[in-house]
Amino acid sequence: MKNHEKQPPRWIDAILNTVIAPHFIEDVLGDLHEVYAKSVTHENHAKARITYLAMALRYIRPYFIRRKPSPYSSTYLFSSEMIKNYFKIALRTLAKNKAYSFINITGLAMGMAVAMLIGLWIYDEISFNKNFKNYDSIVQVMQHQTRNGEIMTQEAMPYPLGEELRRTYGSDFKQIVMSTWTSPHVLSVGDKKLKKLGNYIDEQAPEMLSLNMIRGTRAGLKDINSIMLSESAAKAVFGDTDPMDKIVKVDNKMDLKVTGVYEDLPYNSSFRQLEVIMPYTLYEANNASLKTMEDPWRPNSHQIFAQLNDHVNIDQVSARIKDVKKKHIRPEQQKFKPDVFVNPMAKWYLYSTFKNGVRVGGRIENVWLFGVIGAFVLLLACINFMNLSTARSEKRAKEVGIRKAVGSVRKQLITQFFSESFLVVAFAFFIAILLVLLMLPFFNEVADKKLTMLWTKPLFWFISIVFSAVTALIAGSYPALYLSSFQPVKVLKGTFKAGRLAALPRKTLVVVQFTVSIILIVGTIVVYRQIQFAKDRPVGYNREGLITVYLSTPDIINHFEAVRDELKSSGAILEMGASSSPATNSWSSTSGLVWKGKDPAQSSDFDYNEISYDYGKTVGWKFVDGRDFDKQLASDSIGLVFNETAIKFMNLKNPVGQDMKWFDESFKVIGVIKDMVTGSPYEPVRPLVFTIGKEGFGVVSLRINPATSVSSALTKIEAAFKKYDPGVPFEHSFVDEEYAGKFYEEMRIAKLTTFFAILAVLISCLGLFGVASFIAEQRTKEIGVRKVLGATVANVWGMLSKDFVILVSVAFLIAVPVSYYFLSGWLEKYTYRTNISWWIFIITGLCTMLITLLTVSFQAIKAALMNPIKSLRSE
Amino acid sequence: MKRTFLGEFEEIVLLVVAASTEEAYGVTIWESIQQTTGRSITLSAVHATLYRLEEKGFLTSEMGGATAERGGRRKRFFKITNFGNRALHEIQDLRAELWKAIPHDRMQPKLSFS
Repeated sequence: MKNHEKQPPRWIDAILNTVIAPHFIEDVLGDLHEVYAKSVTHENHAKARITYLAMALRYIRPYFIRRKPSPYSSTYLFSSEMIKNYFKIALRTLAKNKAYSFINITGLAMGMAVAMLIGLWIYDEISFNKNFKNYDSIVQVMQHQTRNGEIMTQEAMPYPLGEELRRTYGSDFKQIVMSTWTSPHVLSVGDKKLKKLGNYIDEQAPEMLSLNMIRGTRAGLKDINSIMLSESAAKAVFGDTDPMDKIVKVDNKMDLKVTGVYEDLPYNSSFRQLEVIMPYTLYEANNASLKTMEDPWRPNSHQIFAQLNDHVNIDQVSARIKDVKKKHIRPEQQKFKPDVFVNPMAKWYLYSTFKNGVRVGGRIENVWLFGVIGAFVLLLACINFMNLSTARSEKRAKEVGIRKAVGSVRKQLITQFFSESFLVVAFAFFIAILLVLLMLPFFNEVADKKLTMLWTKPLFWFISIVFSAVTALIAGSYPALYLSSFQPVKVLKGTFKAGRLAALPRKTLVVVQFTVSIILIVGTIVVYRQIQFAKDRPVGYNREGLITVYLSTPDIINHFEAVRDELKSSGAILEMGASSSPATNSWSSTSGLVWKGKDPAQSSDFDYNEISYDYGKTVGWKFVDGRDFDKQLASDSIGLVFNETAIKFMNLKNPVGQDMKWFDESFKVIGVIKDMVTGSPYEPVRPLVFTIGKEGFGVVSLRINPATSVSSALTKIEAAFKKYDPGVPFEHSFVDEEYAGKFYEEMRIAKLTTFFAILAVLISCLGLFGVASFIAEQRTKEIGVRKVLGATVANVWGMLSKDFVILVSVAFLIAVPVSYYFLSGWLEKYTYRTNISWWIFIITGLCTMLITLLTVSFQAIKAALMNPIKSLRSE
Repeated sequence: MKRTFLGEFEEIVLLVVAASTEEAYGVTIWESIQQTTGRSITLSAVHATLYRLEEKGFLTSEMGGATAERGGRRKRFFKITNFGNRALHEIQDLRAELWKAIPHDRMQPKLSFS
């Protein structure tokens, strides 16, 4: 018999050895082996083994498992005294290393604050529109149309479509709600005149939008002469008096009765501007031409909202109504290929960018962008925290040795280190909350939000606490678990040395930090360059001293010449012109232009603007060819002025003097002007045509006389407008400011990324500073010896800085391709875009290097200047 | 003195230890119990009882007598203490008294010689 077969299975013994209490194990196991030895002599091995296992299993029970109580008194890990002591020592350690504690706590607090702000922002973006009870079933009817060879997507729909959907596809929709665009309306009660934004909308809208009624009912729009006000609008108009059943004069012509007051819609909803709502029937009554239009399916000028029936699939509805418009438009308009579809409310805000008829995203990209940035800034802060904690803890090896020598048990040390890291994280968390409270107003302004702390949301506290605990655990785990395992003899004898590997994670972390910082810096520069690039684009007219007044009543137009003469003669303005669209925007487009040589199948889409004779002079057109409209020439009333892009689009060689048809009326080209940027400054200019309008101007532009001061000119203009249009409060806007409004979105991103980039750099530098000080301290003796042997201050400085310069260079090399990749992706969505030139990287690299050197040098020079006698004396 | 309660199995184990002529340890005790009672008993039950009796002071033990087949582990030899002795005697006395109290004819084996 082979010897090993006499032995029972090892694994069973191993289990018994760990399970059975030590004071039983020897004789129990001995007896078991003896029994086994006997049984193998007369049984086969397999059977003996099974018997052995069966017998062994019987020992797994509390009596044999319970350990013999120790004769010594046990140590108290969590008695109140010990807990007090842990925190007392923790506080003393923090107070002893003030600089280190400061760096650690502020760094982490900043990171947490940024993460919290971004978290709040993302929460706000994602909860957009969620206040509406019918969030899941509300849709907007939209259409894709092919124009100038491109598929464009728009909300504007033809007037009869609503009725058609109701009649033919009624089973899919709970209701169809027609609406006008949100526009300013003048409300006057007594002497009080206020401009409030609002829509004409179908009577089911309050029910569909689940408006919270403060006064009246949601059925308030049933009567044609009714109006519903938001709470704030009611307050502004009526003060504290009861607004119900009072009469309001709207736009100086209609007397409407207040039938309801609803709670203001939240700032993060698509209808946040809705201060007043009036019945759509009233709009129809005011615009009788709607019903008598010759071709009502042609113009797209209405919004259609709808609520789907329960269990109706959105894609199926879209598929069903896809061709509804094609069935009604005239053959010559079929080339636009209008595909009607419904856009669910859940996608309005975050996912409503369409490219060539396909949904390609939208603001959700910003949510991702900032989410990633926030996560990275937080990561940087955590890296710092861990880095400093571990670096610092190596110095505490001796403390561990002494503690163990005088009787600390390991568990006490672990608890000690963990309570320190928990304390730091707790401090950081409270500072972070304070920082968020401080920064919130500024952040709200930059981000155009109304964020508040979510004190009452359990989710907020849950995430905060879990995150804090995880950070504290991770940061505290190295000292707690690794340091506490040292043997006191080795540490106190001085033979303990942290290995080379201990520095590797630290170096990696520094590289990660600086990679992120450099990417953010490059990103910020590129975003600003892109904005500047678009701002520098020639706009084609003169924005300086040009103001726009949006009209609510036709009074000014009716007295146009009188106002103009009065203001010109008083020297307040140089010129004044009326138009249907402002200089900074295009509100109308037409497909009816036919020029010589046009392919009848070609779909053309021109922006157009009806203007008065002096408009061109007012805004400062720059002529490339031909001339401006002339009031003296009767033939100019059928004249057209095009922009350069339109001429290029029509491919005309000698445009001036050519005849054109516009919906069967004859026109003649009289001039060509330089392109005016009316749309997005990042997009190519669209073809634009100006014609002399007869009526229906909505906008007046005025060129302030540069010889007078703006404020005195404005007083004169206001006086004149008040005189001829007494029913409307005078409001104006400067064109340069309006133009700047086109950059809001990008400016917002730019400001936020700057903010985050600065924080990231700051946090990284704090960390670097901490690590540098630690290394300088660690090498005090080495520096002392070097100095004794003749090293200069510059030598020592170079030696200490070299390591960090290498780390930052590595970070730079990683950051360049990564940032190039992401930024070129970001720029791709702009047609007019700047390039990412090499000097951006060079400058960023140099700046980062400079900041690194400054941060490190402070410590390096301090260490280098130290008197070697002092640093070497201690032994 | 308050009597210490002894369970039936405890009593048997104690008796076996007291009766053994050689040095008694886990395996021998286990084997002789099985032999005398004819019951199948697990080794762990014997061990647990032995330790419990030692805790109660009926037994003492000492280590020794390592063998190769035990993997070099020592045996735990059990000996009955005076206290254990007295406890057995008390039980025996108690039983004897009870036996005496039984009416003579009732417990006679019902033998019939007819």
